[in-house]
Amino acid sequence: MAAAIAAGAAPFPPRALATWFHRRPLLAAWLLLVPPLLWFGTVYLGSLFALLAQSFYAIDEFTATIVPRLTLATWAQLLTQPAHLDIVLRTTAMAIAVTIAAAIIAFPIANHMACHASGRMKAFFHVAVMLPMWTSYLVKVYAWRLILAKEGILAWCLAALGLDGVLDALLRTPGIGGPSLTSSYLGMFIVFVYMWLPFMILPIAAALERVPRSLIAASADLGARPAQTFWRVTLPLAMPGIAAGSIFTFSLTLGDYIIPSVVGAPGYFIGMMVYQQQGTAGNIPLAAAFSVVPIVLIGIYLALARRAGAFDAL
Amino acid sequence: MRSSRAWDAPSFGSRLAAWAGIAFLHAPVAIIVLYAFTTGDRSYDFPPPGLTLRWFALAFERSDIWQSMRLSIGVATVATFAALVLGTLAAFALARSRIRAKNALTLLFILPIALPGIITGLALLAAMKIAGIEPSFWTIVAGHATFCIVIVYNNVIARLRRLPPSWIEASMDLGADGWQTFRRILLPQVATALLAGGMLAFALSFDEIIVTIFTSGHERTLPIWFFNELFRPRERPITNVVAVLVIAVTLLPILLAYHLTRPASGRD
Repeated sequence: MAAAIAAGAAPFPPRALATWFHRRPLLAAWLLLVPPLLWFGTVYLGSLFALLAQSFYAIDEFTATIVPRLTLATWAQLLTQPAHLDIVLRTTAMAIAVTIAAAIIAFPIANHMACHASGRMKAFFHVAVMLPMWTSYLVKVYAWRLILAKEGILAWCLAALGLDGVLDALLRTPGIGGPSLTSSYLGMFIVFVYMWLPFMILPIAAALERVPRSLIAASADLGARPAQTFWRVTLPLAMPGIAAGSIFTFSLTLGDYIIPSVVGAPGYFIGMMVYQQQGTAGNIPLAAAFSVVPIVLIGIYLALARRAGAFDAL
Repeated sequence: MRSSRAWDAPSFGSRLAAWAGIAFLHAPVAIIVLYAFTTGDRSYDFPPPGLTLRWFALAFERSDIWQSMRLSIGVATVATFAALVLGTLAAFALARSRIRAKNALTLLFILPIALPGIITGLALLAAMKIAGIEPSFWTIVAGHATFCIVIVYNNVIARLRRLPPSWIEASMDLGADGWQTFRRILLPQVATALLAGGMLAFALSFDEIIVTIFTSGHERTLPIWFFNELFRPRERPITNVVAVLVIAVTLLPILLAYHLTRPASGRD
């Protein structure tokens, strides 16, 4: 097969050549890999390496230029300043909260989609989850800004239902509140959960679709209550899907800088710090060091997810 | 006592949760579409005071919007083409081969979407600074192609894995050579996966902002135009219209891609 593709590069390849490659599938595979690997090696890995290298440079305080000499000064600055550590902790806490909330909200949708809908309904649910996922990211952020604004749609709806007191109480809560939903951690949390929800629903649905219905039937036959079946059969089997989805929700939250700046609470997030440091502050080394933090966190997370079998469900 | 399929019947709660979830996913998009037609020019008012098509007419006269639209379509087209070539090669190489580095290579290809976009963006910027490359159309394309490759790769490799190996063996047994087998068996099977992957890659590139901000310099793609408007809300009605246009341009390829890959996912 691979031989055929290698030969496919020329319009009328000599048959002998095609056969020659067919007998050497490994060589053919590596030949096919040359262009993609060249691209990833130079453009992507090369850039990542440049990024890592930049984090070991430092900025000269007086001239505000980057000194191309290897130093740990930037890393020391990142790891010792309490304000910087706060940013890392705040972002990680948000990513964990968003991941948990997204998993809880996604599960019933995925479960219904995978186990209870059939035929046309299943296709409908697939499209209904996929379309908002692929709808323009910025348009969705913009929509939420209109919804969460002080005199926006959500406030109007809650007032119409007579629930505006609840919103005020939530906004007065220290830690998550703020002057309005568009400038509170609560609002940011809602937008994050909304944005990444489909990334959680689809892998969970895929994992649940692979669970034979007979297992659920067997569990019921053996006398398990629905709750017991859920905790001891369905949930463990859905774990790979949840893990796969959580990779997206976790990673996307860690790196986002647009949502925290558009629906912004006062505290900085890693992404905003990277964006601001490379832009207005012109401190690419510090921005680079900050952007390595999510890589490390995601690396730890991927190692954990891999152990849970997450990659089987990707 | 219970009916034979009681264990399998969706409870009212399950049904409600599913539909509420779907409604939650669609409400914000519906609201934006509604606001593109509002007569109010301060679109924070809800409900909208009236409906009009005036803003569409005004938006169509704006040359800056058209210019950004053309740039975005150009970038997405070139990036999609690059992703189709590189992603297909990678998928064919890894589909059934016994390369030992297979897992590492798969991880490498997934990395641009597994890592936050800001890392790809800043990494490209850092590399451009070091190599002395000025931001241009081509730097935007390079960034987009990098994360579009995995979309094509995933689509094509999924299709190749579903293809029974016996088909290829049968073709060869019946006397076809490698080229004929590729042309007559593999290509027709993979064609729709390629088209679907290309459509998704196009939509992803057209809409990309996070990486683009770092690689675009002074070029303004449509998402960058939109992003700037978010912080200068003086022309909300026009912004709403552009939002609807962006939704339309990305939605059509995605629906087509879904249609093309449907036999596999819609099977029950």
